[in-house]
Parts: sequence; C-alpha cells; structure tokens
Amino acid sequence: MVKDLSVQLGGLRLKNPVIPASGTFGFGLELAGDLDLNVMGGISLKGTTREARYGNPVPRIADCTGGMINSVGLQNPGIDVLVNEKVPALRKIYGGAIIANISGFSVDEYRENCAKADACEGIDLIEVNVSCPNVHGGGLAFGTSARSAAQVTAAVKEVCHSKPVFIKLSPNVTDIVEIARACEDAGADGLTLVNTFLAMRIDMVRRKPVLANTMGGFSGPAIFPIALRMVYQVAHACHIPVMGCGGVSSARDVVEMMMAGATAVQVGAENLRNPFACPEIIETLPSVMEELHIDSLKDIIACI
Amino acid sequence: MKKKVYQIAENRLIAADTYKLVLSGEGPVDGEFVHLEIPPYFLRRPFSVCDTSESELTILYKTVGEGTRALASLPAGTSLNVLTGLGKGFSADACRENALLVGGGLGAAPLYLLARELKAQGKQITAILGFNKADELVLRKEFEALCDQVAITTLDGSVGTQGFVTDALKALEPIYDYFYTCGPMVMMKAVCGMLSGPGEASLEERMGCGAGFCYGCSIQTTGGPRRVCKDGPVFKKEEIIW
Repeated sequence: MVKDLSVQLGGLRLKNPVIPASGTFGFGLELAGDLDLNVMGGISLKGTTREARYGNPVPRIADCTGGMINSVGLQNPGIDVLVNEKVPALRKIYGGAIIANISGFSVDEYRENCAKADACEGIDLIEVNVSCPNVHGGGLAFGTSARSAAQVTAAVKEVCHSKPVFIKLSPNVTDIVEIARACEDAGADGLTLVNTFLAMRIDMVRRKPVLANTMGGFSGPAIFPIALRMVYQVAHACHIPVMGCGGVSSARDVVEMMMAGATAVQVGAENLRNPFACPEIIETLPSVMEELHIDSLKDIIACI
Repeated sequence: MKKKVYQIAENRLIAADTYKLVLSGEGPVDGEFVHLEIPPYFLRRPFSVCDTSESELTILYKTVGEGTRALASLPAGTSLNVLTGLGKGFSADACRENALLVGGGLGAAPLYLLARELKAQGKQITAILGFNKADELVLRKEFEALCDQVAITTLDGSVGTQGFVTDALKALEPIYDYFYTCGPMVMMKAVCGMLSGPGEASLEERMGCGAGFCYGCSIQTTGGPRRVCKDGPVFKKEEIIW
C-alpha cells in the first residue's frame, strides 16, 4: 500500500513532516547544488535579526558524546536581505514550506522583523525564536519566562495577518508547559520545541573553555528523549500544533516524535554530520511505517 | 560535495605522533579537504588532502585529541565514511613562473598536492619546510622530487638549518612571483608579514558541517565574514585579519 506521509501544519499542507531545523541548513541555498531540496516537507531558515550580525568569535563548535555544542551567535545578513534576496532565490527552486526563523533583542525588533516576514510573499510560516537575550530585560532570554514569551507572541501576532506564527521554545526552563500555555493564550498558532540546551566543554590541556563564548547550545541524539518528553507534555497540554525538534536522527525518531504529539518534525544537529540526513530519513520513512503498520502519518500524531 | 565510503589501505606512524592514512576508493577527490566520520565521535573531522589518485586518497595527521587518537587505532580494511569535494584550495594558476611554498609541520601536507599541480604546469618551485625537530620531519623526499629547491629548518637544528622558516626566507631570499603557506597561525602571520609579494595562506578552524551551511567556522576578513570551510580554507594574504 502507498504510504501517506503528508501532514497539515498551521493550515499548510506539507508533503512530509521532515524539516531541517533553523541554523542547521543555512538558507537552503547553500545545499541546493548537493541535494534535492524539493524532497523536504519544509525548510526552516537560518535565524534572522534586524541588523546583519557576524555572531560570536570562533571557536563556535564543540564536539560531545551524542551531540555537539554551538555558539554561532545568530550570524545572519539581516531581515532585509532575508526577505529581498534569500527567500526569493529559494522560492524559485523550492516548492515546499519556507519557514522564516525570526529573532530579536527587544519586543520592538521582533515586531518589526515579523511584519517584514509577514509581507514577504515567499514565506509560508513564521517561527519566532524566543531564546535570545532581552537587552531591555537584564539579558534574560525572552523564552525563559511565561510573561515575556507571551509579550513577544502578542506583539508579533499584532503584525502577522497572513501567516501562521509558531513560537520556538527554549528547554532551559523549569516548566515548559507553563510557557507553552502562555504563548497559546497570547495567540500563537503553533509551537516548535525544543531549542538547544545551554552547555559547555573545557579544553583541559589549555585550561580554557572550548568555545570562545564559554557556553553554547547542546544538540544531537543525546537530547532526543528529553525533547520527546517535552513535546509530549506540551502537545497534551495545548490545543495548537507542535513541531518536534531535538536530537532527531532517523526515520524511527520522526515516528516516535509524532506519536508523542508532533505534527511535523525538525532535524537539526544530524544535518551537520550528515548533510544528506533529511533526504535519507524521508526515503526511509515508508519502510518504517510499513514495519509499524502505519498507512498515514497523520494517524499517529499524539496517539499516545 | 559527495558522501563516499573508503577502505583504510594504510594507517601508519611515519614521524612523532604523525600518521599517514591511505584510503582506497573512488578518486581522485576534488577539494582542499575531506571530512571523516570517526566512530563514536559525533562531528566529522576535517583533514587536508595530501595526495590523491584514481583509486587512493592520502592524508597526514597528528594525534592531537581523542578523535585523531581513535583514528590512529583503526586497522587496515576498516571502512570510513568520508565527505569529499570540500573547501576552496590553493590557486596554482595565480603563480606565473616561480612558486614559493612555506610549510610548518603538517602544513606541508596540502602543499605537497599543490606542488604536484605546480610541477605539472611546468613552474619552478622553492619549498621551505619547518619542523620542531628531526623526528617530526615528513615529506622531505617527496618535495625534493618535485621542487627545484627545498630548505628544511628545525627549531633545535637537529635537521636542516636551525631556526624558523622566516630565518630561512631571510637567508635564501628566494625568487618568487606568488607564495603559498600552510602551518601554525603564528608562522603564517610572520610569513605573510615578511613577504611583500602576493600570496595565500590556508587557515584552520573548528568546523561543524564542513560544507558551508552551519556557519560554525566563520571568521572576519577584510571582505567581511567568511566561512573557513567553504570560502576557504585558503585565503589571499590581503583578506586575512591576523
């Protein structure tokens, strides 16, 4: 029997639930010559701020057991280059869902960036990264308090009239469900979870942190069970769709994430060690579905 | 970029903490470096291509961390997952007639592949290779077979002339119209500062994807941010901010 991999996400039809996660796939364009982008259900683009940013000093990458830490620091060309150059160039060669990932260091910046993304024809969905530090709020990340996460959500929803808005949550919190509920109450159309876990490594010979920025975000297969648990908790507490993200590295992980409650699934760190990870996962999904007696992926979303 | 599987044909200690890894499989590979998956480590490790033919790929590496120590323990016959076709390498065409190669330690490895290309183009080659001491010396015979002049320096004088490569540059005053350098950052900085003619240097940075899409190895250059893995690792002298 032909397997149905398609899902409905925030009013969009994705031909499959597999989406490279923001920051692990550039703007898609970087990989266009090496793999067929059009197999992807969606692509979440590199996180974008108002101004162009170089990001953090190098080294920005540390290898770990079961994953890696990054402190790229939101290197990006700025929102105007995103909407005027990157998205139009990608739209020409890619027919799936284009997801703009928006960052900001103040509520006003989120609002301004999201308004531009909402007005950009090629963008299908807006994903708001609330893991950035709030420069007016003592530097704490917006996503670490229900109040500030809701504040960002309400502000961007005021200016996003034509596109679904998903809030991408930080796992570095005591109760992710409380923050998810606050975003839902503030009008979020969906949630992406989780972002990376704050972590560090030490170069014991030099007696210095491996990363120039001392700390960074950990991702990779080691976080999969934790991310899965958070997706399960949030999907069962909220009524809006969830994109599951965190340590997904195989077609089986995609299915498990969907059973926990994810409507779509993002693949992150795995792309860095295997740039062909997403196409390989999509190709493997039908045989895993066959083995698990699944005809349509839609049937298993939040089935447990 | 291509994902390929190679078999280890040879993985042998050739100098102090220095191994020669010969992989057999489809060749010759394009690009400046390859990205090797070394189980159980999560991220791949980048290595400059030292030599490549129809059926082989040669890499020289030093055991500097857990990943390279794990690589050193792998026996012949082991299959390795390799990403090939990565990085922008040296531009042999930039040299009109006389090439100057300045290598430090294992920086000699990618310069060897370049020397082969320059030789094939009929260019005159001077190579200055620096090492800490005699037991770290690599590729001497190979360079001597290709180059018109080869000078070896060691810090302790145990082989060649004693001192840095910059001392040899001062002493020899080689004729060149383009130079190429690869080695420790301090050495390349000194070489680029000393040589008034045009040239380029191969940089090194901790990498994530190795293929230009994670932006983990971006450095500031005079032309703005550049990815060492994709826009480099070879950069023109005037682009580099030391």
